[in-house]
Amino acid sequence: MTENSTTGRQVSAAPAIELVGISKSFGPVQANKDISIRVMPGTIHGIIGENGAGKSTLMSILYGFYKADKGEVFIAGNQTQIPDSQAAIAAGIGMVFQHFKLVPNFSVLENIILGAEDGAMLRPSLAKARESLLSLARDYEMNVDPDAIVEELSVGHQQRVEILKALYRQANILILDEPTGVLTPSEADQLFRILKRLRDEGKTIILITHKLREIMDITDTVSVMRRGEMTATVKTADTNPEQLAELMVGRKVLLRIDKSAAQRGKELLHVKNLQVTDEAGVLRLKGVSFNIRAGEILGIAGVAGNGQSELLEVLGGYRTAQGQILVNGAPIDITGQNADGQSRRKHGIAHVPEDRQREGLIMDFAAWENIAFGYHTDEKYQSGIFMNNAAIKQDASEKMQRFDVRPPNHNLTAKSFSGGNQQKLVLAREIERDPDILLVGQPTRGVDIGAIEFIHQQIMTLRERGKAILLVSVELEEIMSLSDRIAVMFDGQIMGERLPNETNEKELGLLMAGITEEVA
Amino acid sequence: MEKMPAWADVVLVPLISLLLAAAISALVITGIGEDPVAAVKMMVSGALGSTYGWGYTLYYATNFMFTGLAVSVAFHAKMFNIGGEGQAMIGGLGVALMALFIPWPHWSLALIFCSIGGAVFGALWALIPAILQAKRGSHIVITTIMFNFMAAALLNYLLVSILRPVKSMDPATASFPEPTHLPTLHDILMPLGIEFSKSAPANVSLLLALAAAVFVWVLIWRTRLGYALRAFGHSDTAAQYAGINPVKITILAMLISGGLAGMMAVNTTLGEAERLVLNATEGAGFIGIAVALMGRSHPFGVVLASILFGFLYQGGAELALWTSIPRELIVVIQALVILFTGALDNMVRMPIERLFIALRGSGDRDG
Repeated sequence: MTENSTTGRQVSAAPAIELVGISKSFGPVQANKDISIRVMPGTIHGIIGENGAGKSTLMSILYGFYKADKGEVFIAGNQTQIPDSQAAIAAGIGMVFQHFKLVPNFSVLENIILGAEDGAMLRPSLAKARESLLSLARDYEMNVDPDAIVEELSVGHQQRVEILKALYRQANILILDEPTGVLTPSEADQLFRILKRLRDEGKTIILITHKLREIMDITDTVSVMRRGEMTATVKTADTNPEQLAELMVGRKVLLRIDKSAAQRGKELLHVKNLQVTDEAGVLRLKGVSFNIRAGEILGIAGVAGNGQSELLEVLGGYRTAQGQILVNGAPIDITGQNADGQSRRKHGIAHVPEDRQREGLIMDFAAWENIAFGYHTDEKYQSGIFMNNAAIKQDASEKMQRFDVRPPNHNLTAKSFSGGNQQKLVLAREIERDPDILLVGQPTRGVDIGAIEFIHQQIMTLRERGKAILLVSVELEEIMSLSDRIAVMFDGQIMGERLPNETNEKELGLLMAGITEEVA
Repeated sequence: MEKMPAWADVVLVPLISLLLAAAISALVITGIGEDPVAAVKMMVSGALGSTYGWGYTLYYATNFMFTGLAVSVAFHAKMFNIGGEGQAMIGGLGVALMALFIPWPHWSLALIFCSIGGAVFGALWALIPAILQAKRGSHIVITTIMFNFMAAALLNYLLVSILRPVKSMDPATASFPEPTHLPTLHDILMPLGIEFSKSAPANVSLLLALAAAVFVWVLIWRTRLGYALRAFGHSDTAAQYAGINPVKITILAMLISGGLAGMMAVNTTLGEAERLVLNATEGAGFIGIAVALMGRSHPFGVVLASILFGFLYQGGAELALWTSIPRELIVVIQALVILFTGALDNMVRMPIERLFIALRGSGDRDG
């Protein structure tokens, strides 16, 4: 990972992409404000910014999804109009979306030619595609079986198919939107190797991400966006993560958490041999056991979809399981007969769910209604047979103030808040209940850096108050900086427990891929 | 930030939709060689020009209020109860049994207990689809439609073979006894010195429907059940997270919905016909869907939309009676109103939203 020098590569005069004065607004919201950027061919250019900074809008303009209100696009020195994605492809731009645009039950080959068939009959196209796929795979060391069914491939390989799809369409400029969000660390490393290879072959790559580490590792130049504006474009070698974070947020940000040693108390949560079978009869949890003491954070690391969601749902009371869960030494019902989300709350378990938009909040409810959500049977919120809306509103505005939810207006619907503020709403509701046990899933997913800092502080405060916290996150950095112990989940099992100061990302990455023996 | 002010959302958008529907209706009327202006005059004078017209308009509106509220309550829990028609038919059976077999001393007692009878029967008719939905996942749209046909068949059998008085040729129950007859608007308004048509069927059930609207408003926005019901309707995954039991909510919402639909029979059966006849519902269960759509499932909107559809019903009947415009055209006009206010809502809404955003944008620049 030290190929950051740009020497020895051919750099021609005209930039591969040049945007001049791009502006785009949606109603009163100015998503892009007079943005100019030059990306030289044969480089990897990072675009970093918080959610809503306008990164995606800018790329959508480049790919023909939106039309810019103002501004010009030059591809290889020639002014180019990009009214739709067909034109973008014709101009040599390929896009790899965060959520893959693949047909799951088609083969790799069929996916590659989809939309680029040469005629009504498929056979000649497929034969031609097979040949060029093999030569692309050879050139860029991206081995993929052309006849494999896409849904049977790993996520990392599916992403390769997306890249090959773009290359098959003669893309010279590749845009990747948050490409590592779904990958294990080792898959991400493989992706970066491929991207470097592509760069060395003269392709231009634009990488959109919110992860500072990726920017530092792989890009040659980086642009920072904040509130629709391009605040800086710098050579990666000349900058550092702290400076980039400051440019993104507009103020100094604490990237490291100063953590005192855990003051462990008695055991508050004990999970024994938990097994979960899903609706299709597949075993999702295969005997998970762990415990958490008061004043301790147990981090569960792992790639999404390895049983973490099921674990949270069982603990949260809305999925049934076999095994045993002891809260404060007493077993709680996990058969679903006498338990639901309500009874878990009465046991002092608060839950910040992984997906705040589908579970944690009712997006069309006002903020004050969401503050009561899950606690709507609380006596304080009742007056006779009616809900005491005035009391809920009062409570909501106090909680929103303490958690710095912006704007501090409890009458706005949840969907009108930004991701970070939505998460603060959920945290305010759950943490202010002073629970003994807090379940937190993906606390900072889709949350901007400034809010991440605040959310981490809140979790740490709860730990210092002697509560037990179960933290589930796919962000390894988050797990490593917050947890007192780290358990790694893979395929419904806990592969091992490590202490954060005695392990590293490489070891955890191997565990996340299901490899337990030390590989030298 | 909200895209446009509330008044535009609840008043302006439906109004423009209605005007569009009226404009196209006018084109259709012109197309069949009639004069649209005369037709509108006829409809307005027929439905609203006399207390007789008002009496019919409000009578129909009463039906639509009950069924519209029924659909609205289910809508809030994200269920599409198409079975209002069947639930109202079976509700009629409950009303008739109460009125026929218990000798009520006064209409007020009859009204209370017949309402309960209608509501219980309607609710029970909705209970089976509700259980099938909650426990087995059978889609409520399919089951409630089927239950409409079953209700019609059941009522047909009962009226022809069991409830029909001996020697009667008519598939209907015997007339209800005199003390159960409800006061009409004529009877109610007389002491207030207002002369209301004696022959119009609007009756005290109108007040019951308005009370039901208030009840639904309180239920949905002021009670814990209403909160849980709306939460479940917006997001069933979130409701599970919060510990809201989906089976319980599905069944309760459908019981309330079916009960409201069943209470419609108080108006038609106890109030107007004073006996249970075949097809007493006359499609009001289906109009309830349109009314709920147009009223945005809000009780106040449902009341207004009910009066509009009452006007269309009564005005349409007058039109068919006095002009050569065929009765079917009324269905066309009603369909256009449903099309524009329900299905094509976004067609009107989105340009208006853009307009408000543009207005606000220029306002911001000035300030």
